[in-house]
Amino acid sequence: MAEIQIRNVAKRFGSYQALHDINLTIADQEFMVLLGASGCGKSTLLRIIAGLETQTTGEVWIGGRRIDHLPPKDRGIAMVFQNYAVFPHLTVFENIGFGLRMQKLRNDEVTRRVTRTAELMHIEQLLTRYSGELSGGQRQRVAVARALAMEPDVILMDEPLSNLDALLRLEMRAELKGVLAESNTTAIYVTHDQVEAMSLADRISVMHQGRIVQAASPVEVYRDPAERFVAGFIGNPPMNFLPASNHGNGRWAVADQVFAGPDVSAAALEFAIRPEDLRPADDGLEARVRLVEPLGAHLLLTCDVAGTMFRAILDSDMTVRAGDQLKLAAMPDRIRWFDPDTSLSVPTAA
Amino acid sequence: MNARLLPYVLILPVTLFLCLFFLYPFVLVAAQAFGGSDGLSLDNFRDVVSYWKFPISLKNTMLLAALVVPVQLALALLMATMVNRMKKGRDLVLYIWTIPLGISDLAAGIIWLAIFEQSGFLNSMMTGLGLAEGPVNFLSYQNPGLVFLAIALAEIWRATAIMLVILVAGIGLIPKEYYEAAEVFGASPWQRFLRVTLPMLRPSLQTALILRVVLAFEVFAVVAALGGTLLPVLMGEIYAYQFDLQNGGAAAAMALIVLGISIVFTLIILRVLRVPKGATI
Ligand SMILES: Nc1ncnc2c1ncn2[C@@H]1O[C@H](COP(=O)(O)OP(=O)(O)OP(=O)(O)O)[C@@H](O)[C@H]1O
Ligand SMILES: [Mg+2]
Repeated sequence: MAEIQIRNVAKRFGSYQALHDINLTIADQEFMVLLGASGCGKSTLLRIIAGLETQTTGEVWIGGRRIDHLPPKDRGIAMVFQNYAVFPHLTVFENIGFGLRMQKLRNDEVTRRVTRTAELMHIEQLLTRYSGELSGGQRQRVAVARALAMEPDVILMDEPLSNLDALLRLEMRAELKGVLAESNTTAIYVTHDQVEAMSLADRISVMHQGRIVQAASPVEVYRDPAERFVAGFIGNPPMNFLPASNHGNGRWAVADQVFAGPDVSAAALEFAIRPEDLRPADDGLEARVRLVEPLGAHLLLTCDVAGTMFRAILDSDMTVRAGDQLKLAAMPDRIRWFDPDTSLSVPTAA
Repeated sequence: MNARLLPYVLILPVTLFLCLFFLYPFVLVAAQAFGGSDGLSLDNFRDVVSYWKFPISLKNTMLLAALVVPVQLALALLMATMVNRMKKGRDLVLYIWTIPLGISDLAAGIIWLAIFEQSGFLNSMMTGLGLAEGPVNFLSYQNPGLVFLAIALAEIWRATAIMLVILVAGIGLIPKEYYEAAEVFGASPWQRFLRVTLPMLRPSLQTALILRVVLAFEVFAVVAALGGTLLPVLMGEIYAYQFDLQNGGAAAAMALIVLGISIVFTLIILRVLRVPKGATI
């Protein structure tokens, strides 16, 4: 059992507050992805869990045991470093076996585990090489294999696939997910690639400026962003926003249209809709098309609605040209509302 | 200027300098060493090697190096590791530790002579504390072991810093992430030293060891100050041949022998501490 609890963890570097009061529980065997822009504190949080950085305040628990005072090796973790940290003076074999050697495992056991994890990561033909003779992607796979070989309760991965080409990344992603599910490992996986996050995660924690703004399943993060930041961060392209003013009785004026929305007394809200939840219709938001980008199955339109940039993804059999005037209808159950003051989501069925 | 010629033109002054002040004297020395009454001969070498003091001075030099260099290596590694861990005052400590480096070896020998001689600090201290009846002559022919130890001590004090500065620079170049990875994967501080620091320090260890070993074979002034003629060493013999016996040919032959020993040890160190291809940082 390796449930991870992060309780009120904060971290300051001098006067810079890198993490603010993080609270997060990761269930046993869960695959948790930490997703956020560069510099938001993902690595810092991971390093605190690993014991390579000491939190300023707060506690870390793993498997019902407080571990934040323990050295890294006593925490039952293995880690994949963002910059690999594959030892240059050891062969790939000895790199993967490093932790096993430290545990003083028997030689044949080391060989067995190293060979198996190397096969998983498709690097079995590189075992006798030194890291100076590997590509970035191969080095990264050695780093992952080194962590997997430990068969840890918890595996911490800091952007472990960032250096692979698209095809290999896809393959490794599936492989990794399979291996981890099979081995009953609790995983924390840092990435700033949303597609990777979506495809791997049981749950995603979206981080922003040292805070966790939402921790939920990939679908929920996508469909029901808890904060305007999440809505504007997740999705490619992200959600569209338009200012909405209160029209009374839970009705809101957006551009030249009126929509049913939350029945709250605020004077203004923000209306949000995903580009793919828009349809061309006889009645809808007036949009002037600025740019048409064919994406194969779809067309990505960049339009202008009431002076705001607005994107729509439509079926590619439409014939639209820049300069055209369109009416875009929003799918009613996909519309989301945000409070412009708090940035928080405002539920419709309030 | 022609771009292909420019590099050669630029290294010309230094090449000339080396030819004039290193290669030319070297050739002269070699000529003197191999020179005999009838052209080329090995007579000088035969003479110096068969002289009764040769095996003794060779043995002394080797023993001294064998004692001094490993102790210095261990000390320098320990000191470098400590300095590297320091957050504040690192530069000050390093500066103090390297002070002996700025003292010439003869001066260093005299400093230690002032400690060990019959009216020296050690004797006054021991008499003052009542540990000894009267002054003892440590550095006499009756205590060859003590003379040897005193010389070793002075050498260690004098020349550990040269290894220290090289190793400090080398340790500073090892990226922190390797220590973190080793720590996460269960290496104790001692294991991290053995399995990360030492192997990744190989290039610096090579430099430091070669420099130190070669200098150890050239030990002279400290021995002269502390041991006089009690402990003959190779360099002392060269000096004696050249200036006391006025035998330039023999002195040159001895110098070439020392050079040969230095080259052999340099090659051994390079070989033992070589970094496999592809295994660099
Ligand atoms: N040792 C340190 N000293 C001072 N500031 C630091 C230190 N480590 C990290 N920071 C700062 O803390 C913030 C978070 O850093 P962190 O490495 O956790 O970001 P990240 O989310 O992992 O980014 P990336 O995706 O680029 O790896 C950054 O602004 C960084 O400058
Ligand atoms: Mg990072």
